[in-house]
Amino acid sequence: MKWNNASEFFAMGGYGLYVWGSYAVALLLMVVEPVLARRRHRQALHDAAEGSAHGSKT
Amino acid sequence: MTELFVAVLVRDLRLASRRRIDALLPLVFFIVALSLFPLGVGPEAQTLRQIAPGIVWVCALLASMLSVNQLFAGDLADGSLEQMLLAPQPAVALAAAKSVVHWLLTGLPLILVTPLVGVLFDLSAPALGALVFGLVLGTPVLSLLGALGAALTLGLRSGGMLLILIVLPLATPALIFGAGAVGTVEAGLSASGHFSLLGALLIATAIGAPWATAAALRISTE
Amino acid sequence: MNTPTKPPTAPLRLYTFAAPSRFYALTGALLPWLWAITLLLTAAGLYMGFFVAPTDATQGDAYRIIFIHVPAAWMTMLLYMVLAFWACIGWAFNARLASMLARAIAPTGAMFAFLALWTGAFWGRPTWGAWWVWDARLTSTLILFFLYLGYIALVNAIDDVRRADQAGALLALVGSINVPIIYFSVKWWNTLHQGATISFKQAPTMAATMLIAMLIMTFAFWAYAFAVVFMRVRAVVLEREAHTAWVDELTKGTRTP
Repeated sequence: MKWNNASEFFAMGGYGLYVWGSYAVALLLMVVEPVLARRRHRQALHDAAEGSAHGSKT
Repeated sequence: MTELFVAVLVRDLRLASRRRIDALLPLVFFIVALSLFPLGVGPEAQTLRQIAPGIVWVCALLASMLSVNQLFAGDLADGSLEQMLLAPQPAVALAAAKSVVHWLLTGLPLILVTPLVGVLFDLSAPALGALVFGLVLGTPVLSLLGALGAALTLGLRSGGMLLILIVLPLATPALIFGAGAVGTVEAGLSASGHFSLLGALLIATAIGAPWATAAALRISTE
Repeated sequence: MNTPTKPPTAPLRLYTFAAPSRFYALTGALLPWLWAITLLLTAAGLYMGFFVAPTDATQGDAYRIIFIHVPAAWMTMLLYMVLAFWACIGWAFNARLASMLARAIAPTGAMFAFLALWTGAFWGRPTWGAWWVWDARLTSTLILFFLYLGYIALVNAIDDVRRADQAGALLALVGSINVPIIYFSVKWWNTLHQGATISFKQAPTMAATMLIAMLIMTFAFWAYAFAVVFMRVRAVVLEREAHTAWVDELTKGTRTP
């Protein structure tokens, strides 16, 4: 598939809004999800550390 | 097993008879909710006739879900649920009995009132017949699924809404077959396919749901 | 090195990684690879999709949405079954980790369902003229989305972890049995109302390059799902196992004195 120039690529034959609207949301979701997961992991790590610092239940 | 089934059935019906107003609430809700639709959609007879089956089924669904929420609450509160689960009889009997009670108190009244609804929406006699028959097959399914939902959400704060969210997707096949049957009859075709599917759904649910409800009761009370 | 336990000296058994501590270590080691695979496959798939696959005769370039729509739809279906599987394993064998995995899968599955619906709408608008069509597959995906929401809501509403895991497992089991029934009934419903029938079956007859690109993207999404679910399950493991010795070991270095 040969795109003659960048603007043709972005226009997607007139369907640019729909194509890029879909890909943009996909990208957004698939970036936000790992970020949230990472944040949760960091928080869990922190909470676990805090918990043990104040004495573990040995 | 049948002893427990009958005992629970009789006891719950007796309890319901002592609080008749409470027992009639689902029915009142059903009628009120139904009547809202013409107010929202407009009084044009043709439109109402077309949307009637869908509306009736959705309102039946909602009425069932709203009333099934408290199915096990009373027994949980006074400790009798735990006792019944400790008893040697299988909990499936309890689950089945509760489902039947719910149907008798919610489903059956709805079915009896539906001809009146037929008048409100100017349904033809064959269409009304298909609607009622579909409800006869479908409302037990709703009660069985509702009991499962009630058992899963037993004692939870968010119980009512959560139950609806959980059960509604599972109830969509019944809704589709039941409401679809009326449309088919109105188009002059036979709805036997729909009713066969609804019947099969009922049988499958009657076999599977009480078992799952019993399991859910054990999970929720451990 | 961050390994919280000694590497297993005994031969690897089937259940070696059923221990949260070892699973945590294993997934930690796998993550960078999973992300690398995801990015590579995505790059390959999108390259094929945009620079190799031709414009479609009937749908123009709008059809290129298919490269995320179909993989997302397949993933959401697959993930629900996987979720139900692990939840039931956790319930049947009292295997905590399996239940944790099920919980970690749910948000990703729901995300893919939403993405399938969104891209379905964006595809439907230029192709069929409406933002939403009650096509059998889209409607089934919508109901599947509700099933995910129900599962997530239920396990989050129950405070007791064990009860939540088991209730979730039962719900997921009932849900997965119902999925074929729901799909069938929605298809039935859709064919009845002939007037509104717009089917995504009328998708472009696929050129080989389109199909390949779609398949590559499916694997890319699969790798992505592994990566994100592993990230999330690691967090869940830490949350639940916070008071165990191995977690103590793990956090030793990070504790503020």
